[in-house]
Amino acid sequence: MSSVKDWAAPTPISENRSGLIGKGVDRYEGRLKVTGTAPFAYEVEAPSPPAYGVLIASPIAKGQVASADISAAQAAPGVRLVWTPHNVPAQGERGAKINPRSQRGSNPALAAKIEHFGQHVGFVVADTLENAKAAAALVRFDYAPEPADLIFEDNLGAADQPEGEEDVRVGDFEAAFDRAPVRLDETYVSPLQNHAQMEPCATTAWWDGDNVTVHTSIQMVKGGQHTLAETLMIPSTQVRLLTRYIGGGFGGKGQSYDDLTLAALAARELGQPVKVAYTRQQMFQATIHRPAVHMRVRLGAQADGRLDAFALEAVTHCRREAPFTEHAANFARSLYAAPNRLTGHRLVKLDIPAAGAMRAPGEASGMLSLECAMDELAEQLGMDPIALRLRNEPETDPETGKPFSTRQLVRCMTEGAQRFGWDRRNPKPGQVRDGRWLVGLGMAAAIRGNFLLPAKAGVRIDADGTITLRQGMTDIGTGTYTILAQITAETLGVPLAQVKVELGDSDFPPAPGSGGQFGAATAGSAAFAAGMNLRKALAELATGDPNSPLYGDDPELVTFGGGNIAVDNRAEPLERLVARAAPEGVYVEGSITPAADARDYSQHTYGAHFAEVGVDPDTGEVRLRRMFGVFAAGRILNAKTAMSQITGGMIWGVGTALHEYNEVDPRYGSFIAQDLAGYHVPAHADIADLSAMFLDEVDDKANPMGIKGVGELGIAGAGAAIANAVYNACGARIRDYPLTPEKVLAALP
Amino acid sequence: MKTSFKLNGQAASLDLDPRTTLLDALRENLGLKGSKKGCDHGQCGACTVLVNGRRINACLSLAVTHEDDEITTIEGLAQGEALHPVQAAFLEQDAFQCGYCTPGQICSTIGMLKEAADGWASLVTEDLTADTVLTDAEIRERMSGNLCRCSAYPQILAAIRSAGGVA
Amino acid sequence: MKPFTYERPADVTEALAMVAAAPGARFLAGGTNLVDLMKLQIEQPTHLVDVSRLPLGQIEDTAEGGLRLGATTTNSQVAADGKVRARYPALAQAILSGASGQLRNKATTAGNLLQRTRCAYFYDTTKPCNKRQPGAGCAAIGGIYANTAIFGASKACIATHPSDMAVALSALDAQVEIAGPDGQARAIPLDDVHRLPGETPHIETTLEPGEMITAVVLPPPPSGGQIYRKARERASYAFAIGSVAVAGGKVALGAVAHKPWRARAAEQALAGGASPAEAMAAEMASAQPDGHNDFKLKLMARLGAACLTTTGAGDDQ
Ligand SMILES: Cc1cc2nc3c(=O)[nH]c(=O)nc-3n(C[C@H](O)[C@H](O)[C@H](O)COP(=O)(O)OP(=O)(O)OC[C@H]3O[C@@H](n4cnc5c(N)ncnc54)[C@H](O)[C@@H]3O)c2cc1C
Ligand code: SF4
Ligand code: FES
Ligand code: FES
Repeated sequence: MSSVKDWAAPTPISENRSGLIGKGVDRYEGRLKVTGTAPFAYEVEAPSPPAYGVLIASPIAKGQVASADISAAQAAPGVRLVWTPHNVPAQGERGAKINPRSQRGSNPALAAKIEHFGQHVGFVVADTLENAKAAAALVRFDYAPEPADLIFEDNLGAADQPEGEEDVRVGDFEAAFDRAPVRLDETYVSPLQNHAQMEPCATTAWWDGDNVTVHTSIQMVKGGQHTLAETLMIPSTQVRLLTRYIGGGFGGKGQSYDDLTLAALAARELGQPVKVAYTRQQMFQATIHRPAVHMRVRLGAQADGRLDAFALEAVTHCRREAPFTEHAANFARSLYAAPNRLTGHRLVKLDIPAAGAMRAPGEASGMLSLECAMDELAEQLGMDPIALRLRNEPETDPETGKPFSTRQLVRCMTEGAQRFGWDRRNPKPGQVRDGRWLVGLGMAAAIRGNFLLPAKAGVRIDADGTITLRQGMTDIGTGTYTILAQITAETLGVPLAQVKVELGDSDFPPAPGSGGQFGAATAGSAAFAAGMNLRKALAELATGDPNSPLYGDDPELVTFGGGNIAVDNRAEPLERLVARAAPEGVYVEGSITPAADARDYSQHTYGAHFAEVGVDPDTGEVRLRRMFGVFAAGRILNAKTAMSQITGGMIWGVGTALHEYNEVDPRYGSFIAQDLAGYHVPAHADIADLSAMFLDEVDDKANPMGIKGVGELGIAGAGAAIANAVYNACGARIRDYPLTPEKVLAALP
Repeated sequence: MKTSFKLNGQAASLDLDPRTTLLDALRENLGLKGSKKGCDHGQCGACTVLVNGRRINACLSLAVTHEDDEITTIEGLAQGEALHPVQAAFLEQDAFQCGYCTPGQICSTIGMLKEAADGWASLVTEDLTADTVLTDAEIRERMSGNLCRCSAYPQILAAIRSAGGVA
Repeated sequence: MKPFTYERPADVTEALAMVAAAPGARFLAGGTNLVDLMKLQIEQPTHLVDVSRLPLGQIEDTAEGGLRLGATTTNSQVAADGKVRARYPALAQAILSGASGQLRNKATTAGNLLQRTRCAYFYDTTKPCNKRQPGAGCAAIGGIYANTAIFGASKACIATHPSDMAVALSALDAQVEIAGPDGQARAIPLDDVHRLPGETPHIETTLEPGEMITAVVLPPPPSGGQIYRKARERASYAFAIGSVAVAGGKVALGAVAHKPWRARAAEQALAGGASPAEAMAAEMASAQPDGHNDFKLKLMARLGAACLTTTGAGDDQ
């Protein structure tokens, strides 16, 4: 077990001699992506021409598949196989070998028991996609429907404490709230949202004897591999899972789905490669989503703004058989000082598709409540919203009393206010016009936890000097390839072009994958450890090699730089050393484990959002005019990719505030929006002038490199800044997200 | 059904199921997998290709309707190792993350720049009778048929600007 | 998609004959609506007659001083046309507010008029829908999808027509030229092309089977200002939740009915000296919201009044 004390020492990363750390180098795989030659899972070249699989979905929410008539489909042109619950091959129980912290097993494919609308009940494989689709429409099912609980709002009374959880109480919230001179008690609602990754789930699978190779779109390599092995009832060593390019994940591809299971089963049955992709409609109904959350916020303050009492209670929902809690109150435990505190969660179980993690689970919904409530309280108190937050800035973690590892929230707010021109905000709503538009400014704070999980990485150097980093890690657009190349090159003192990075292969040393914004820190720390081990191995190789100019030197004194290995002014190129002394190359692994004493610190990333919006008084339409964010997230590895992650997150906040919602039809349990014309993610025209900056920071309690995650911080609080700006623009305080024209117009005088 | 067209400058002849869309013909029959399928219903723009110089959604166009057309896909843009200026600008400005919408964004950009050069107006054009000036707002509106869930919009705008978007 | 055959006619006569000859045959123009629906098997033609290359792609001046838009002119072509932009700005704006650049490059004038509803339950084939399957019932009635009609809805269907372009054409008093299988041609006002749902929502237009639209004819531009404004849930690439076209005191509303809704009551009120707000109030008096789509009352009243005000309609009274 490592200790944070070990992490404070200087390293090649902190020394950053060649300046690669932090540099905005182009994406490692960028050329492939701009030329369209990065093969995504459905596009991988199989060893022989593949057959095409198509899924059929249930039109009922709960019940049983009573019978199925597959005769017409079987007789249709080109059809190779038709499966229903009655003839799908047996599948093993799954989930046992999965790390429950970051991964989840998929459900059996084509179960007769239907647990939600859109669950897959049939599968057709044919020689062409056209034939497969046409045949799929010919399968006839009979169902035995059962009554289903579909509506969150109707079942709020049935909400239970999530298993194994308790409310967190500090002091006596109720008493403090009762005696507070200034009080706020409001409920905020965030809607059900869909990930809407641009690449639908897809798998290409083939068998070679007893071994199966699958290329699939998944964020977690090991989880997918083990799940599939269990399903197929074969050892994991017989499953090779590859996921090299992933067209967006956002948490929605943290687990595998029926495309993986059925492609592998069908490829075995047919002795031919099979590929299967979800349709866009299936992405909505048959993957996970972010659940709706009802959040009651109670704030009790002194007249000077000091909070005495603070409570955030969140009620959310999940699928009956797939427990998941959107922890919308957790972030608030470390945000503002208040001696009397209450936070907790309640869960409603429904017969709808499974809820699950979606970009910044918890914060993304949760901060929409408190950061709006703070704006409301500031107005009640006649204070500036930033001043109110400064008044409640804690010295130590307000719940646990632990020291913060780093906390630059105040600077994020003050720096942002200055750069954005916050002083131009008129605190009285509805005062500023630009043509027909009502214009307003709003801000919100951002906080998102930082995590480190165990991971490994392997690195080898070949006789030509090429250094190859290998890791069972994924890059879902986050920039993992690029930052691992930078870390490896800087650690070994070689030019970036000398480093290759290979990811997304279950044969490689395992990493937990992409999620919870732990990816860069976790995978990067393991890559750094592997690089340090390679330095050690090469130092020993050189100092022990009579033909090396370093022969006989103390390995501890060896330095790396400019592609050379050196002691003082004696040096030789790495490739010369390896070609001579280890012509077969040198391979080492490295690993990272979380430090036990890291838990002695309250560890987060922080930020502040500033938004300017226009509200159209004729239609209630809201348009973003300007948005700016300031963030503190440890050492930044790549200025370009980190910025893309952060602004991408902020834009998710815009979608959360203004556009994105789905609704469950109370009669059928289906989503109203089932495609990208019905579910509105932000389009280009929705995003006006939007930018961000990072504050200098190194968090030496986070990991050996002092870095933290940035992938989820950008969305935390962003939507609240926009809602606050809408209020400032037009005086409409809407606590039910998103702020659609319908709701804004209703609130306008 | 026999269909032939010019694909990235080369003659291509196919025997097609009339149901095959241009997108599936490219991806499944012709092995050009750069054009992406994000929705298959005209709702995302990932499948954008250029037909006779104009951008369209390949997913809603039946391949057999393209007899004698000149089709350009993402694979037809670079000259050997030299990237097309729009591709180079996307790389330089980090105008993508996962890269799935990217071929569509790039083809759409090329089509959009041609439309602007031809003087076409957009919804945000204030004076419909004036010459086209590609402001930021114009570029954003004209590129709105290409969704990017990674939300690389600010970077895409910067890439288009740097690739000569200021017409 | 169900299997179908495909043909490309050389001229209109051949196209009409091809459709007449094959039961289940349909015209295919840009395909952006028909192919979309065929993929979901909501449309199941057995034969497609591709009209997109017919010589109907011209925009021509008419003797009366108007414009004739050939049926296969693309939406992009019409919106980019100098004469359209100068004389029919509301039409250019309406087209440019619809769909995306890519879609408008394929979408045609005739196809746009004949596109089908975007009702969520029409698209979800697991739900009853009288439009897809006459007599099956209507899932939208009693449902929660709210982008539905407030004018002219029936007990069988409450869907809206999604076209932006058609709303501007309605306010511009356009005529639609139609050719029939036995050679006869006719022209009808745009307002008479689409029907209200009544008991037969699956019959959406007054076109007879096998009839083809050959052109849309714009009369000389009216005097007075023109505008098209569209409200929607994101800034671009989204269908309207309400829209308004005004052209020289003529008013049409979009996303409120099974057809582009010509606001005759508003027009009459304006002619009688009403203010923009009063004129819209007169129109909205006959609206019948259903509890889910009530927001459209305030939306249309305000948006309509704003458009009338900007175009100066109702000013001179
Ligand atoms: C994602 C998306 C978003 C969209 N957003 C909008 C929007 O915001 N606003 C808007 O107005 N529209 C929108 N559209 C719809 C689009 O405008 C229509 O799909 C398009 O205009 C249809 O034209 P087309 O030529 O492609 O028609 P097709 O799909 O080829 O045909 C449509 C129908 O017309 C018939 N037809 C075609 N030509 C003729 C003819 N000459 N005579 C008789 N019948 C004919 C066909 O048989 C078919 O029934 C959107 C579409 C998509 C996919
Ligand atoms: S409103 Fe019309 S289109 Fe929608 S479900 Fe009812 S019948 Fe079908
Ligand atoms: S795949 Fe064609 S628009 Fe989405
Ligand atoms: S880069 Fe991922 S969707 Fe655009």
